[in-house]
Amino acid sequence: MTNDPYTKRPFIIAGSVVLVVLIFIIRLFWLQVIDQSQKAKADSNALLRQVVYPSRGLIYDRNGELLVFNQPIYEVTLIMQEMRHGFDTVAFCQCLGIDSLEFADRIAAIKDKRRNRGFSTYTPQIFMSQLTKQEVASLRETSYKFSGAGIRKRTLRGYSYPYAAHILGSVGEVSQSDIDRDDYYQAGDYSGRDGLERTYEQRLRGTKGVEVIMRDSRGRIQGSYHDGAEDVEAITGTDLHLSLDIQLQALAEQMLQGKVGSVVAIEPATGEILALASSPTWNPEILVGKQRSTQYNRLLNDPSKPLLNRATQAMYPPGSTFKTIQAVVCLQEGGINPYSKFPCNGPGSTPIKCTHHHGSPVDLLGAIEQSCNPYFWCAFHDMLQRDGFGDNNAVFRARYNLWRDDVMKFGLGSRFTNTDIGEQSPGKIPLEREYNRTYGEKGWKAITIRSLSIGQGEVLVTPLQLANQAATLANRGYYITPHLNTELTDNPDLRHETGMNDKWFDLTAQGMHQVMTNGTGRWYNIDSLQMCGKTGTVQNPHGKDHAIFIGFAPMDAPKIAVAVVVENAGFGATWAAPIASLMIEQYLTGTITRKHIYNKMVNSVLEHPSSEKTDSN
Amino acid sequence: MTRNNSIISGLDWWTIALFLAIALFGWLNIYAAGYTFDQTSMFDLSNRAGKQFLWIGIACVLGIAVLFIEGRTYEVTAYLIYAFWLLVLLATPFLAHNTKGSMSWIDIGPLKFQPAELAKMITALALAKYMGRFDYKVRSWRDLMIPFMLLALPAGIIMVWQSETGSALVFASFLIMFYRFGMSGYVLTGGLSFALLFIVTIRFGEVALPLGTGSVGVLLCYLVLMAVVVGFAWLHEQDGKNTLILCGIIVFCYAAGLIANIWLNVNFNLVSLIALLATLAYFTGVVIYRRRFLMLLVTAYVAVALLFCQACTIVFEKVLQPHQKTRIEVLLGLKDDPAGAGYNVNQSLIAIGSGQFTGKGFLQGTQTKLRFVPEQDTDFIFCTVGEEWGFLGSAGLLIVYLIFILRLLSIAERQRDNYSKIYAYCVAGIFFFHLTINIGMVLGLLPVIGIPLPFFSYGGSSMISFTILLAILLRLDAERLNKWQ
Repeated sequence: MTNDPYTKRPFIIAGSVVLVVLIFIIRLFWLQVIDQSQKAKADSNALLRQVVYPSRGLIYDRNGELLVFNQPIYEVTLIMQEMRHGFDTVAFCQCLGIDSLEFADRIAAIKDKRRNRGFSTYTPQIFMSQLTKQEVASLRETSYKFSGAGIRKRTLRGYSYPYAAHILGSVGEVSQSDIDRDDYYQAGDYSGRDGLERTYEQRLRGTKGVEVIMRDSRGRIQGSYHDGAEDVEAITGTDLHLSLDIQLQALAEQMLQGKVGSVVAIEPATGEILALASSPTWNPEILVGKQRSTQYNRLLNDPSKPLLNRATQAMYPPGSTFKTIQAVVCLQEGGINPYSKFPCNGPGSTPIKCTHHHGSPVDLLGAIEQSCNPYFWCAFHDMLQRDGFGDNNAVFRARYNLWRDDVMKFGLGSRFTNTDIGEQSPGKIPLEREYNRTYGEKGWKAITIRSLSIGQGEVLVTPLQLANQAATLANRGYYITPHLNTELTDNPDLRHETGMNDKWFDLTAQGMHQVMTNGTGRWYNIDSLQMCGKTGTVQNPHGKDHAIFIGFAPMDAPKIAVAVVVENAGFGATWAAPIASLMIEQYLTGTITRKHIYNKMVNSVLEHPSSEKTDSN
Repeated sequence: MTRNNSIISGLDWWTIALFLAIALFGWLNIYAAGYTFDQTSMFDLSNRAGKQFLWIGIACVLGIAVLFIEGRTYEVTAYLIYAFWLLVLLATPFLAHNTKGSMSWIDIGPLKFQPAELAKMITALALAKYMGRFDYKVRSWRDLMIPFMLLALPAGIIMVWQSETGSALVFASFLIMFYRFGMSGYVLTGGLSFALLFIVTIRFGEVALPLGTGSVGVLLCYLVLMAVVVGFAWLHEQDGKNTLILCGIIVFCYAAGLIANIWLNVNFNLVSLIALLATLAYFTGVVIYRRRFLMLLVTAYVAVALLFCQACTIVFEKVLQPHQKTRIEVLLGLKDDPAGAGYNVNQSLIAIGSGQFTGKGFLQGTQTKLRFVPEQDTDFIFCTVGEEWGFLGSAGLLIVYLIFILRLLSIAERQRDNYSKIYAYCVAGIFFFHLTINIGMVLGLLPVIGIPLPFFSYGGSSMISFTILLAILLRLDAERLNKWQ
């Protein structure tokens, strides 16, 4: 081995070995130290962050009756990517009791990006949902055979009673906008869509937990990661205790059957809503599970608009029930005094005729009892124009604003705030500005707005506001904002004073008592319950008059205030008073003795413009 | 016994220590790769780690046995064994079980064995015998004809007859030894340049030029070939006049093409071809005129390369099997298919990358443990190191391999006779080649070619043949002091 002419070559060879290893080390440094994307990919590879759904809070009524609970359902999910490793479609279909055609349809539906925006071959996709325990039992036993298939447990709402659908609301899948707004949600999550489920979504839903589990390349679960150290336990939603009395609610809904209208009952001292019924309504069960979307669409397209919560959203002129407020306000602001009397000419009265025949002249108690229109027109007129009109009508308009402010102290003309009733309409007590626009600043006076004196014309109220008005009268001058969650009751912000003299309230209550003993409510009075009430029959350009009634009882220590509206029914004394009367009896005595009235109300079906429209189609 | 004592004292203990370190670290990682949640002991023969431990034991016993065999034995019997082994390789497909499409495994009792593994060692011994003769010297390419045949025969049989492309490619590692003993460096660079031309043609063959028609790949390849011609002209013609003329020809051709492109839609593939042929013709003319016939090799190279470029596309489309084609396409970034052909490499990169600087710790890897990486205890075992031991561990292992190979090279250089020296270079070349291909594949730098990481990947056949390969070298090295030469 002498004369080796290639003595440089060993170094070239060794150099290239060093070079290759150096390239590898640089590459390793890049992959492991500089480029962080591989780490994230590894986690998504191996770690499955499985959401643990908390159970939703339960809902109880004021007597501790369970109204809304949870029932388990199951959904079958598939991960397309993992189905590649030989998936026995036939056996899978057998397990679920479907045929291969349905299987193909469902797979096509999953893969359709238009219908399934969150499609990915790497994440579990819902193949079948809302299955019962029995339906998934055979798949559960053999699921190890089907790589990529999984079973998830979810909960649906269940209802003990077929009532209070509007109040309770429903739970459905979150929309894309919910997901965008609140990153708590992921596609496929459930949330409260309306009613209390929506208002109290945050407390009812609880907090989702996370279980970090490891899975192998074929998606098989290999156990928890770091022995569950990174898991987060799900926190169960907080229960809700409502002020609702489900027996009273049931009675209200039964009596509204076949009619369009609403009933609201409030405990005056606390503002707690005892019943809040709107008709037509639906059984809350139908908006649960598989049938939810079809049933929801059916309700949405129903011409009688069942989804509308008439008790809080419908607005009506208050009619004669408004005379109770007029009485208090006119006494307070000096339009009348307790001894004022006005003559009544019956139907021949001007400018407003009276619908009743009674003695003349009448004092305040008689006017309330007999619902005398001329009396309240005169009282309203005297109240507004007591000091004349002033320059440019300014004094008159100041009196109008004083009147408007007083009326609004009864909770009319705007939505209730700080309460848990989501869907409300504001009602309307007209602004000075609106009349100025119509008639000019100097162009209107008491006679122009005379309809207001008897609760017709531009004034609009919701049944909830009517019930609150009854509660204010019952309380002799204050109200607690109506609410459903009993936890709100002690909130001092909810108490609203009218600041008017107790005497005027006592007088009005006396008048309302006379309504029940001698006046328009006398057919539905129960003496022992000291009922107070006021009927109303509201003219309505679209059809028959609306029947309205407000009332409370007992007169001296009121326990319940009620408002009833039955659309297109006719006289308030005929259709609204009996419902209110039975509600009061049920709540105060726990039973109803006048079965015949109950039966009549339950069985009567009234024509409504919306149903006529469908007939003509 | 005195002679055996001198063998033991002459053994290179550094190499043995490195060998044991690699093998035991490999065993640890095979245990980690196969580790699940109800794992039994590392010595349990029902799992692969236990089996590997057994293989290491058997390999050590066989290696020690080999150390007792005199070096001359191989020298005497090299051709005989070589011939016999060619027969074994030819017979293998008839005795083989069809494992994953290749026909290279035969059963000996309960064990499976791959004759191709030992073929490398036997070929190395035959080469050493032929090239180690006193009168052998590489004077011209004819002297390398027979050595080349010696390695091409088994490689050809393994590739064509047994469909084991990976094992056959390893025979290319002997070129390193050829280079050390006089083969021109141009052969290696020429070979590498062909690989480069192939990659450029395939990678950029479909990329259109911004002007006229033609592809970026063709333009790049032809420009490189023209540069080769011009480069050689510049190196070997001192006056530089011809270099200028060559450059002029090229500039003229492209300028004409560009001007013509104003009116016509010029095919620049054709322009490049004309430019290349013109430069080549002028260069060849000058070479013949000056009677520098050796420079005709450049002409030949460029001509062959030109044909090769033309053939590449055809080879790629027609000759390669679909899975090989896809692998190459994925590697060159022509296709993005993380779940299909790129799956192995993609998962491998994820596993290694997730190890970060210090790694997740022994048995803590999620990617390997949960079997995201296929072949994770054989060809992709390096992933486990990357994930669980991080940059420190995997770079450390590469440095151990580097030291090991450099040590083998230094052993080779200290041999006094050509026979041992040639054999030593073969051994170092084999280990270097395996390391390069295997790690390059795992790191996504080279196509997926399934060859094991020496002493590290799971498998008895490779463990034993690598150990014997090394043991023979150690024996020859230990004997060097006894040689009279």
